[in-house]
Amino acid sequence: MPSLFEARGVTKRFGGLTALHGVDLAVDRGIASIIGPNGAGKTTLFNIFTGLYAADEGSVTFRDQALLGLRPDQITALGICRTFQNIRLFANMTAIENVLVGMNSRITLRLWDVLTRNPGFHRTESELAARAVGLLDRVGLQATANVVARNLPYGDRRRLELARALASEPALLLLDEPTAGMTQGEASALMHLLRGLVADLHLAIILIEHNMRVVMEVSDRVTVLDHGEKIAEGAPREVQSNERVIEAYLGKRGAGPRARSGA
Amino acid sequence: MIYSPIAVALVALSALAVATFPRSVLVFLLFQGSLLFVFKARIPERLRWGLLAIALLVLMPTIGYFNSYYLEVATQVGIFVALALGLNIVVGLAGLLDLGYVAFFAVGAYSWAIFGSPHANIIFGGEAFPLAGWWFYVFLFVGLGTAAVTGILLGLPVLRLHGDYLAIVTLGFGEVIRVLANNLDKPINFTNGPKGITPISRPPTPFGLPYGEYFYFLALLIVVAVIIVNRRLEDSHIGRAWEAIREDELAARAMGVPLVRMKLMAFACGASFAGVMGVLFSAKQVFINPESFTFLESIGVLAMVILGGMGSIPGAIVGATVVTVLNLQVLKGFSLWLNELKNAGVTIFGFSLADLPTQFEPAKYERMVFGIILVLMMIFRPQGIFPARRRQRELAS
Repeated sequence: MPSLFEARGVTKRFGGLTALHGVDLAVDRGIASIIGPNGAGKTTLFNIFTGLYAADEGSVTFRDQALLGLRPDQITALGICRTFQNIRLFANMTAIENVLVGMNSRITLRLWDVLTRNPGFHRTESELAARAVGLLDRVGLQATANVVARNLPYGDRRRLELARALASEPALLLLDEPTAGMTQGEASALMHLLRGLVADLHLAIILIEHNMRVVMEVSDRVTVLDHGEKIAEGAPREVQSNERVIEAYLGKRGAGPRARSGA
Repeated sequence: MIYSPIAVALVALSALAVATFPRSVLVFLLFQGSLLFVFKARIPERLRWGLLAIALLVLMPTIGYFNSYYLEVATQVGIFVALALGLNIVVGLAGLLDLGYVAFFAVGAYSWAIFGSPHANIIFGGEAFPLAGWWFYVFLFVGLGTAAVTGILLGLPVLRLHGDYLAIVTLGFGEVIRVLANNLDKPINFTNGPKGITPISRPPTPFGLPYGEYFYFLALLIVVAVIIVNRRLEDSHIGRAWEAIREDELAARAMGVPLVRMKLMAFACGASFAGVMGVLFSAKQVFINPESFTFLESIGVLAMVILGGMGSIPGAIVGATVVTVLNLQVLKGFSLWLNELKNAGVTIFGFSLADLPTQFEPAKYERMVFGIILVLMMIFRPQGIFPARRRQRELAS
């Protein structure tokens, strides 16, 4: 049986720079992490998966449906949603409005329903609001539903972005460094939350993360990228002891600390 | 509670004052100011809307009966309120800077001007035109539709543009429409070029209402409809999607907002309001030519939206009112007043105003005064008169 999500031979070039070179990735359930040094191509991979970039080669399938060439909103409607490395909330909208925007692809109301405010409109709007409150509750932001996103503290903004992504009812969630800038305690709490989501909503998650403690603790599988190529894949423990991975992060054994400075 | 009697007294007294001094601009401004007070003061909602209804439905037409120019001002205000509300959707909500908005107004105006005048006979031959007056009501919707389609046509090529680039292209589009109107008298005479089209039919008025009152009430009706539509759009998933696009286009796309459809919808909705008002405008004026649809008009409407507060419905209404009244009454009134002083030979600090060179005539500085007001406004209150406020939701916990 094919995997829920499968990427094969994904290649992306920016001019002369090959950002990704023939990357394969398959995800079925649980949390799959992607790690690698800065500039390894992790975020580029996410941008291709969500339709923001067009890949030069390769294929990406989700539930046997080809994703490459689809628009971002179509991909979201299919059940893939993401967060951003540098939080991209709708800064001047309230927390609950941010979550409501996330539901856009699940709303079937038409312009006519909005203009006439028929019973269907009122029913849908109150259902949406109730679901949004539920999601805010889930990430611990119930008290700040009416606060404008720009005024939320940093950690809350990260969690709001998670709630907004969940609002589109994804089967696959792509999280780009969700614990960046968090304390170890906040990061652990977030990982606990993610574990809960995987269990309750049967979510699959692809996680880009730099916090190694988090990665090793929470991941079912780890993929390591370096210079746009996959250099290792496997259970956290296997990857941790992989020679090439250690090399990518720390440099060649015996070659001195500056061996990779040209990279 | 103290505000309620003040509000009632203000409206009543200022209306009375207008009736006593029907020629005084200051007194009429006082009347308008009292409405603004009622609009914002902390008084019971029922009283607020009751007072506004009385003022707009009874007092204003009565004032207009004594001084028809005031009714003309009020009708103009109505037209510009609808335009500002339409542009507010495009610029304020969706964040798409449109510098050619008046083009849609022109499209609406010309659609009725051509078919509601004998001019259409030149295009189609025969003697079938002008259409009977009641067609005007049909054309309110035709103008709406035509402007909406034009909005989509403008939207399609500019979908990938942002900010400055979008502004430049829409500016060009506005000019293209005006130049078309100016030059489309050959080879087939569609618009009659710079000479314009006249006479444009007016609809038969109900109850033998004079045209001044008729167009005032019709403009008011359309404005109310536009406000309702605007509020419903804003407070729905469509409005939220527009705002999301304004805040962060890339994130909006990634969250499932269909960018193309929402942008085109914003252009179409904004344009349709202008189209309806264009039809009314052409019937009211009886004569239109391309001069009514210059770039300066687009900038004027944009100034209303920015002055009022981007993305805010009360802001657009108040902004349109302030700018229109400023242009039509305050600055003109100021000029007239100084000229009167000059003619009367008044001297200030030993300087006779009559010696003032004609270059210093205040009438020549209307635009400058307007510009200074805008600049001061942007320095001291950049968010506008009534900035948009987030809706606070009642949440059952």
